[in-house]
Amino acid sequence: MALLVDKLRPRTLDALSYHPELSDRLRSLAHSGDFPHLLVYGPSGAGKKTRVIATLKELYGPGVEKIKIDARVFQTTSNRKLEFNIVSSVYHLEITPADVGTYDRVVVQELLKEVAQTQQVDLSAKQRFKVVVINEADHLTRDAQAALRRTMEKYSPNLRLILLANSTSNIIAPIRSRTLLVRVAAPTESDICSALHLAGKKEGWTESEVLNKRIAKESGRNLRRALLMFESIYAQNEKVTDKTPIPPPDWEALVTLTADEILAERSPARLLHVRARLYDLLTHCIPPTTILKTLTFKLVARVDDALKPDVIKWSAFYEHRIKLGSKVIFHLEAFVAKFMRIYESYLMGMDF
Amino acid sequence: MAASFFNNKARAAAVASSSSKPKAGDNKEDSSRLQPRPKSLDDVAAQDHTTNVLQRTLQASNLPHMLFYGPPGTGKTSTILALAKSLFGPALYRSRILELNASDERGIGIVRDKVKNFARAQLSQPTGLDAAYRAQYPCPPFKIIILDEADSMTQDAQSALRRTMETYSRITRFCLVCNYVTRIIEPLASRCSKFRFKMLDNSAAGERIGNIAEQEGLQLEDGVIDTLIRCGDGDLRRAITYLQSAARLVGATKPPAAKDADDDDTEMTDVGSKSSVITVRSIEEIAGVLPDNILDSLVEAMQPKSGGSVYEAVAGVITDLVADGWSATQLVGQLYRRVVSNEAIPDIQKNKIVMIFSEMDKRLVDGSDEHLSMLDLTLRIAGVLRGN
Repeated sequence: MALLVDKLRPRTLDALSYHPELSDRLRSLAHSGDFPHLLVYGPSGAGKKTRVIATLKELYGPGVEKIKIDARVFQTTSNRKLEFNIVSSVYHLEITPADVGTYDRVVVQELLKEVAQTQQVDLSAKQRFKVVVINEADHLTRDAQAALRRTMEKYSPNLRLILLANSTSNIIAPIRSRTLLVRVAAPTESDICSALHLAGKKEGWTESEVLNKRIAKESGRNLRRALLMFESIYAQNEKVTDKTPIPPPDWEALVTLTADEILAERSPARLLHVRARLYDLLTHCIPPTTILKTLTFKLVARVDDALKPDVIKWSAFYEHRIKLGSKVIFHLEAFVAKFMRIYESYLMGMDF
Repeated sequence: MAASFFNNKARAAAVASSSSKPKAGDNKEDSSRLQPRPKSLDDVAAQDHTTNVLQRTLQASNLPHMLFYGPPGTGKTSTILALAKSLFGPALYRSRILELNASDERGIGIVRDKVKNFARAQLSQPTGLDAAYRAQYPCPPFKIIILDEADSMTQDAQSALRRTMETYSRITRFCLVCNYVTRIIEPLASRCSKFRFKMLDNSAAGERIGNIAEQEGLQLEDGVIDTLIRCGDGDLRRAITYLQSAARLVGATKPPAAKDADDDDTEMTDVGSKSSVITVRSIEEIAGVLPDNILDSLVEAMQPKSGGSVYEAVAGVITDLVADGWSATQLVGQLYRRVVSNEAIPDIQKNKIVMIFSEMDKRLVDGSDEHLSMLDLTLRIAGVLRGN
């Protein structure tokens, strides 16, 4: 049984339930016969991928839904072999170059050139070009992005790129200036409510308006998350009422617990205890940035207004360190220690 | 014939007149229909100094090694391509020009093999060219190797070029094109004559955009050209891309020559052409520029409040910003302009604020989390505004 998120994913531009102007725009692009390179960006769970797939369908018809997965092997200049998975249909390819880490340039160069230099054989195809969808484009290395630059211009008759990214900050300017930027904003809470309502109706579940609203609020305007929460609530409870508690994900519960512990006692012993918790989170593959962010917002909510800017400041500081450094636990722990220190000195009313 | 061959002025005029005509033959189907590369040096916008010098070399049929540098979208690649075209013309272009850029493999191995082989190949005597062709194109006795985006070449690859450049300088000229001249190693830079491409000033860029819009028959709302220039930041290519995208979005472009005129296609373009005026807002949306009202609400939230803390207000605005997917770099840029141009903020506070901006920009480049960085930025600015 597929999850709701997959089962109810809209397949066409018409079926998308929010951002109607954006859907119109994508449709007119798909029909203009002059499809540009796209850079689709927005927060996660906003529906970027869904929109891209729907646009592809608009471009090529239902053929794009027949996908297969290839494993290809690329060879780097130092003769290292790279295994790389490609999801493809007759009309498009989907790749996540970030999978191969720093070798993404090799993949981008070889693969795109290969695609670009072969022409569409099928004369009845709607478009002459193939589309390459690049996931997580903001994680591409600078080298790989530089390699993309000219490929985009040179091979434009045979190739269109759709880049998917969470933010445009890490995309180099030459790429930004060669693509059409498409911003996909997260759905508003009422958008989420209506999506949940639809989902509930399709599944034949009794639903409660108030609960939907609470889920929408909890999800932080992330539709995927909201749908997952929605489904798990219905899976766990026989009967759903307005007051059914929304169980937070395990890791979030653990972060909340950690925040409570930090606030309750500020001592080296507690720091040691917190370290165990942080390690626990890290070994369960929660990204360090997520841990730090969640912890920060849990802490900020509980401290005095005067302290808030300070907490945010140090949190941003250590988050930066996490990105630059190599051992994340140092920085997470440093943040906790720093927080304990400013909190303690605030309570004591003196600086030390 | 000889007289006309040496008559440089006549030749230059012939080049200009022939190249300004759009060639019907090589009308490749290109995604960048609005972005024609200039066909001759005269068409290159607003780089008078450089084009004058090159124009002269074109007439003298001799070239030094060249190094073009300058910010993106100022016409570096366009200039060298236009120069190469007017030197060799379509018949010789393929055999005399080697163009390599960052999308090609350009390690030290390629420099040693491909570049060197091309560089040392003797010139073949052009055959089958009639006098008219020779009158039009000088066809000087050397080849040109264009290394585009040369600043992304490794140091080793650059050093491997040094000897090659000298040894074969009789029959081969190099042209390096880059954004940052500092990334080109000194020995290479000293072998080239350098040409700096300056940022386009607004009037030249505006004129160019106006021309293009006119040629394509686009209807622009008042102020669109100014917005384009502002969003483009001196990068003409970016401004033109925005214009092109906006034209596509409103469906103002004519459908491409009826090659695959499905019924489906024509019907859609009819629907699209209903509202074909390009608005300021649509340009801003394409460029990813934050609308003023959002920025206003953020600035409002940052103002010191009597008694309470600004945290809740600021955090609220920032959370919405992140959820709406606005980019942090864009916010930093726009907020910076807003704060620096604000006369109401005393200079001493501005000093502090600018320091914060610099730090945040660095963090964003390093890939820090956008939400935390934006929140930190705004809270710290708010702190400075409050006077501590």
